[in-house]
Amino acid sequence: MLYREAGQFKTSYTADQTVFPILQDRWCMAAIIAVAFSVPLFSSEYMLQAVLIPFLIYALAAIGLNLLTGYCGQLSLGTGAFMMVGGYMTYKLTTSFPEVNILIVFMLAGLCSAFVGLIFGIPSLRIKGFYLAVATLAAQFFLSWLFNKVGWFVNYSPSGSITAPPRELFGILVTGPRASAEVRYLMVLSIVVVMALAAKNLIRGRVGRSWMAIRDMDIAAEIIGIRPVQTKLLAFTISSFYCGVAGAMVVFLWLGSAETEAFDINQSFLVLFMVIIGGLGSILGSFLGAAFITVTPIILTNAPPMFGIHMAIDLQKHIEIMLFGSLIVFFLIVEPKGLARLWQITKEKLRLWPFPY
Amino acid sequence: MAEYKRKIGETLLRVEGISLSFGGVRALNDISFEIKEHEILAIIGPNGAGKSSMLNVINGFYHPQEGTIAFKGTERKRMRPHDAASQGIARTFQNIALFKGMSTLDNIMTGRMLKMKRNFLWHALYWGPALREEIQNREFCEKIIDFLEIQAIRKTPVGRLPYGLQKRVELGRALAAEPDLLLLDEPMAGMNVEEKEDMCRFVLDVNDEFGTTIALIEHDMGVVMDISDRVVVLDYGRKIADGTPDAVRANNEVIDAYLGVSHD
Repeated sequence: MLYREAGQFKTSYTADQTVFPILQDRWCMAAIIAVAFSVPLFSSEYMLQAVLIPFLIYALAAIGLNLLTGYCGQLSLGTGAFMMVGGYMTYKLTTSFPEVNILIVFMLAGLCSAFVGLIFGIPSLRIKGFYLAVATLAAQFFLSWLFNKVGWFVNYSPSGSITAPPRELFGILVTGPRASAEVRYLMVLSIVVVMALAAKNLIRGRVGRSWMAIRDMDIAAEIIGIRPVQTKLLAFTISSFYCGVAGAMVVFLWLGSAETEAFDINQSFLVLFMVIIGGLGSILGSFLGAAFITVTPIILTNAPPMFGIHMAIDLQKHIEIMLFGSLIVFFLIVEPKGLARLWQITKEKLRLWPFPY
Repeated sequence: MAEYKRKIGETLLRVEGISLSFGGVRALNDISFEIKEHEILAIIGPNGAGKSSMLNVINGFYHPQEGTIAFKGTERKRMRPHDAASQGIARTFQNIALFKGMSTLDNIMTGRMLKMKRNFLWHALYWGPALREEIQNREFCEKIIDFLEIQAIRKTPVGRLPYGLQKRVELGRALAAEPDLLLLDEPMAGMNVEEKEDMCRFVLDVNDEFGTTIALIEHDMGVVMDISDRVVVLDYGRKIADGTPDAVRANNEVIDAYLGVSHD
C-alpha cells in the first residue's frame, strides 16, 4: 500500500536510470544513511568495534569480490591476499612518508593491491571456473610468503607483525591505539559509502555491462566487440583495489595491528561465503552477506544469556557453530540466489500488498 | 504511391577460395561468393553443409586455412571477432546467445559497446561525459526498441522471455551496433507462423530503413524465396549454386541435394 510506484512518471532517461528510481526507496536509503552516520551518538564502543566496523569493512571486501565473481563471473580465492597487500602497503607507505594524508595512503595501497590483482588475474585469460579459483590460490600462498620473508615490508620488525601508527586527518586522530572507535567508525563508513556508490555506478554503466556480458556469454560478448582480455583484467584490477582498501582498513581502522595470518585463506573463504549468501551480482547482497556472516555469530553468542540460559562456554561455542552452519544451509535452500534475491521478492510482493490480485 | 525500389550497390564483402577443415573434416571447400551492398543474401543448404561455419569465418571466429576475405575492399587474413565488430559486422546466433542475467534494455545497450568511449573512472562517477554518453546511447536503443515493438519488456530479464521475443531482442542487440553487414543465423528457427511473419517483416524493414546488408541462413524455403535477393546454396562444404531465388529453385544440383538423387 505504501510501497507503490504508481503515479511516479519518468520524463527523462536520466531520471529513469537513477540508482533508486522509486521514491520510497530513495527516502529509505536516505534514512539508512542518516541513521548510519548518527550511530556513534547512541551506541557503545563494543557495538562499534565488534559489530559495525567489521561489518562495513567486510561489506567492502565483499563488494570487491562481487564485482569480480558476481558481475564478471571470474571465481577468485585470492581476496585475503589482496587485502593483505592493502594492509601491508599502507603500513609501508605511511611509515615511509608519515606526512602524506592517510586517505591518500589508503588509495595508493589500494592501487598496489590493484596491480597485484592484475598480475594474478592473467591466468583468467586461459582458464575458467574452479580451475581459475585454484590458480588464484597462488596469490594467497605467494603473498603470505613474501610478506613473511622480506623484512623490508614490515620495516624489519622482529615479530613480523605490523602496527598502525597514529595518524591524523583534519586534525583528528583516526588511527593508532588512541584513536576513538567513533572516529574510526565514521571514517570506515564514509569510505564504504563512497566506494559502494562508485561500484554501483560502474556496474550500471558500460563497464558493468561488459563484465556481465563476459559472465553470461563470453562468445557473444566478443562478437559485439568486447575485448575479453581487457575486460577480465579490469575486473581483477578494480576488484583488488576494493579488497586492498578493505585490507588497509582492517589493519588501520579496526584491529590496529596484524600479521599475515590475519589475511589467510580463511578470509578468502569468508568473503566468498558472504558473496554467495548475500547474492552474486548484487551490491546490496554484499552488505547483507557481510551482515549475516559477521553479525549472526555475535547474536548467537549473546542470545542465551539474554534469555537467562547459562551454559559452559565451550558448549555454547559448539552450539553457536552448529546453528550458524544450519542457518547457512537453510538460507541457501530457501533462496540459492542469496539474501538480495529474497529482498527483491519481498519488494515485489510489497508492491501488491495488501491486494495481491 | 511511389514504386518500391531498392538500390543494390557495389560489393561489400567478397570471399574467395575459402577452405576450412577441422582435423580431417573439411567443413568448407574452396568457397567463393560476394555480398553486395543493401542486398539480402540467403545461404541455404542441408544440415552440415557448412553454412554456420561460413558465418563464423566471416566474423572472425574460425580462421580458414586457405582463401581470402575482403570487407569494404580491404583484405584481411586473420582477425578476432571484436575486430570484425569494430569494422561493422554484427550477427545473431542459431541458439540464442543473449546475456541471460541482464534486462532487454541492458542487452541492447551492450550492443552499443563500441560506440561508448569513456573510461571506467568517468563511469565510476556516472557524471558529466559518462552520463551524457549513457543517455545518448539510451536514446538510440529506445529507437530500436520502438522499431522492434518490445517496449513492454524493456526492463524484463531476458531469461524470462519467451523464445520468439528472445530472438527479437537478439536482433535488437545486433542492430544496436549500427552494422553495415548483419549476419543472421537461422532467425526464424523454431517459430510459429505469426512469429516468422513478424521476423520477416523486421528483416525486410531493417534492410529497407537502415539500408543494412543482410546475410541470413534459413531452412524455411518459403521465407528464403520470398525475402532474399540472392541465394547461395552449399552442400558438403561446396558451393553448388548462386543466383536469384528463381534460378536456384530451377537448378538441378540443388534439387538433387535437397531431395536426394537416385544412383541407378
